[in-house]
Amino acid sequence: MWAQEVAFWIIAIAMAGAAIGVVRSSNVVHAALYLVVVLAGSAAQYILLLAEFVAWVQVLIYIGAIVVLFLFGIMLTRAPMREESGKLDNNQWLASGVVALFLFGVLTMFLVDAFHGDEVKFKDSLVQLGSTNNIGSSIFHDYVIPFEVVSMLLLAALVGAVALARKD
Amino acid sequence: MPINYFLVLAAFLFCTGAYGVMARRNAVLVLMSVELMLNAVNLNLVAFSTHLQDVSGQVFALFVITIAAAEVGIGLAIVLLIYRNLRSPDLDQVEQLKG
Repeated sequence: MWAQEVAFWIIAIAMAGAAIGVVRSSNVVHAALYLVVVLAGSAAQYILLLAEFVAWVQVLIYIGAIVVLFLFGIMLTRAPMREESGKLDNNQWLASGVVALFLFGVLTMFLVDAFHGDEVKFKDSLVQLGSTNNIGSSIFHDYVIPFEVVSMLLLAALVGAVALARKD
Repeated sequence: MPINYFLVLAAFLFCTGAYGVMARRNAVLVLMSVELMLNAVNLNLVAFSTHLQDVSGQVFALFVITIAAAEVGIGLAIVLLIYRNLRSPDLDQVEQLKG
């Protein structure tokens, strides 16, 4: 059990540092690469939680597709690649930092209070929980309607994105 | 392993994303911060799915990933339009509706 905790802390520290890098980096491309570290760390945490299918979907869609989309966005908007801090942030960063710290404090206080002593139980039967088989049958038995709605939404969103970005 | 570990990590990621949304001026970076927040929600969903031994949380995490992909597609198209019209990706300059 302690090996899992050690792995959790290593990944969590890397994720926290990279998350701060995403919001504080003065180079847009570096921010996108820090985002890759956060997303890959999330995938590793999913594997620690025995959710293998979600972990691989995370790697394929988030790191494979969304980050590439971000890099295209950076390229198309000619974001400053050089170190020009101050141009990327607005002048309310101090107030934002206070608000975010306050939110984190309140959330942590309530979460620790509410779930104090709750352990994630890793049973042998749990190995099957996040398997592709299990998730597939859950999607196509219990969540067929939401699945169809989400696929229509994705189609509409992508057609809308093409219509918006077209030049004419 | 206490579930609080995952919940506090997700809360940290969410607050970092919220800071980014509030403090960043560049529109692409604001979208990246939104991704951080969505990712924090996914971490919570998967942690509770394992904790409660119910696969629904993981199915919802997959739905959130899909919605995130749609959101980034639309968002970047809008950012591209802002850049074309204003010659700058800065959100501070989107002020035509200001009285």
